[in-house]
Amino acid sequence: MKYKRDPKRIRQVLGKKVQFILGDMACVYGGLLAGCSFFGGYPITPASEVAEGMARRLPRVGGTYIQMEDEIGSIAAVIGAAWGGAKSMTATSGPGFSLMMENYGFAAMTETPCVIVNVQRTGPSTGQPTLGAQGDMMQARWGTHGDFEAIAFAPSTVQECMDFTIEAFNLSEKYRNPALVMTDGEVGHLRERIIIPEEKDLKLIDRVEATIDKKKFIPFTNSQTRKNCKVPDFPTFGTGYRTYVTGLTHNEKGFPATDKQPDHERLVKRITEKIIDDADKLVSVEKFNLDDAEIAFVTYGASARPTESAMEMGRKNGIKVGMLRLKIVWPVPEKEVHKLAKQVDKIIVPEMNLGQMVHPIREAANGNCEVICAPKIGGEIHYPDEVYKYLEAK
Amino acid sequence: MKKEIRICGFGGQGVILAGFIIGKAASVFENYHAVQSQSYGPEARGGAARSEIIISDKKIGYPRPLSVDILLAMSQESFDSYRDDIRDDTVIVVDPDLVKKHEIGRPLYKVQALKIAEELGNKIVTNIVMVGAFTSISGLLKPEAVKESVIDSVPKRFTELNIKAFERGFEAGKNALKDLR
Repeated sequence: MKYKRDPKRIRQVLGKKVQFILGDMACVYGGLLAGCSFFGGYPITPASEVAEGMARRLPRVGGTYIQMEDEIGSIAAVIGAAWGGAKSMTATSGPGFSLMMENYGFAAMTETPCVIVNVQRTGPSTGQPTLGAQGDMMQARWGTHGDFEAIAFAPSTVQECMDFTIEAFNLSEKYRNPALVMTDGEVGHLRERIIIPEEKDLKLIDRVEATIDKKKFIPFTNSQTRKNCKVPDFPTFGTGYRTYVTGLTHNEKGFPATDKQPDHERLVKRITEKIIDDADKLVSVEKFNLDDAEIAFVTYGASARPTESAMEMGRKNGIKVGMLRLKIVWPVPEKEVHKLAKQVDKIIVPEMNLGQMVHPIREAANGNCEVICAPKIGGEIHYPDEVYKYLEAK
Repeated sequence: MKKEIRICGFGGQGVILAGFIIGKAASVFENYHAVQSQSYGPEARGGAARSEIIISDKKIGYPRPLSVDILLAMSQESFDSYRDDIRDDTVIVVDPDLVKKHEIGRPLYKVQALKIAEELGNKIVTNIVMVGAFTSISGLLKPEAVKESVIDSVPKRFTELNIKAFERGFEAGKNALKDLR
């Protein structure tokens, strides 16, 4: 039976409008508010609280929580649930994210809406459990093989963990693509105040389901009900629409068509262009003191917090410094960064890795200014001083 | 106003809950910005654990303390390991029965939280006694706000015990203030 989102019940389960909760728990709240009815997961610190929160709450809103045998099984179950009509999600950290890579690509190839929360911790490998990092930013984009587009958010606050999980569901439903919430152990394990939005202020997007004559339905082609839309209408399993779901290159009917170049090009261009064509709509940034800036920080997630403190120190000391904070990190807001690179002398990219997002940012800057990395690893967020010293470096 | 607070003890004493209650009191029951973070070892019980809270009237960027304004210590090991960044004017509150070696060359506030909790019949509320002492010694938050936060954060069947623990801690904190003056 199809899950029906019941706002009253969800709010009963979530409790008071203003709360002081963990970032991980805020991802749970975001999922429930978005109408998530399936969570398949495998606990891993620092993401375990997402699974724990879902295990306690999902059944109470009529949803299903399954603890799978591992992360590969988790994402597989999430994909299956999505084809059964559910908004579905999982949560993990680096080692689990690595295991999910094959099916992450399967979700992209089969145009399956689903959400993965990655509460990043230090790697490579098992690294430093519980301690935060931003070491999976490139894996989010390129970790699975082949051509596809990633959609990824990076929350800086607990409130954003909730808000961006809702938004990740919206974009995953809209584009029929997996969407990621790339948080980290620092924000995931931080408690802050959140304000749960009123029902009337929630903007939720649901996938467009197939409605045309069943005999005329084509599962893997432009929408048959919307003009100029490269996202196909969704044939939920059990509704009688014929489809075939495979990770192999498939023709418009969904059947394997692995030996013909045009079939592959048509398919993969459509699944990437459905997102690239909307790149301007997918820009979500916050700007600080950029109007007269000569130096700009470009950062995201937890790293934006000490960076904002460093920027304030810089301003107090008369340095014309601003900050561009990326809320959506993939796709990278290339035009915004390009424009900024033409304005400033230097872009500094603080991140909790040895340099990942600095690369697409440098590419977007396209030589218009110097772009340098301000790395920090080892499970600690940058101290504001450590970021500040890049402002004084010649 | 910006204050950085650290509560430390051994795993299982409830230092994280204590930090949670203070952060919630500040940001939900009063209108401050607050963040609470924590770190602890792999042990479920024992080992040094700490919970850190920043309370500010402005947006909080860097989420961890840079230098601690108030330190509450509930075990010797955690007192020894988590006080590198204290200043001369850091307010220090210890339970002298749990932190026996607390001579640091200047007076500090002493609150027998464990003893009070035992008098109330359950040492599980030692942390709440400390929260009460924090409230009166620091004077940062309204006692009603912290009490509301305690009530909101503990299991209903233990509400009364926790309120008593808070109130006894609050009084003990006041006495500690007098003792130091």
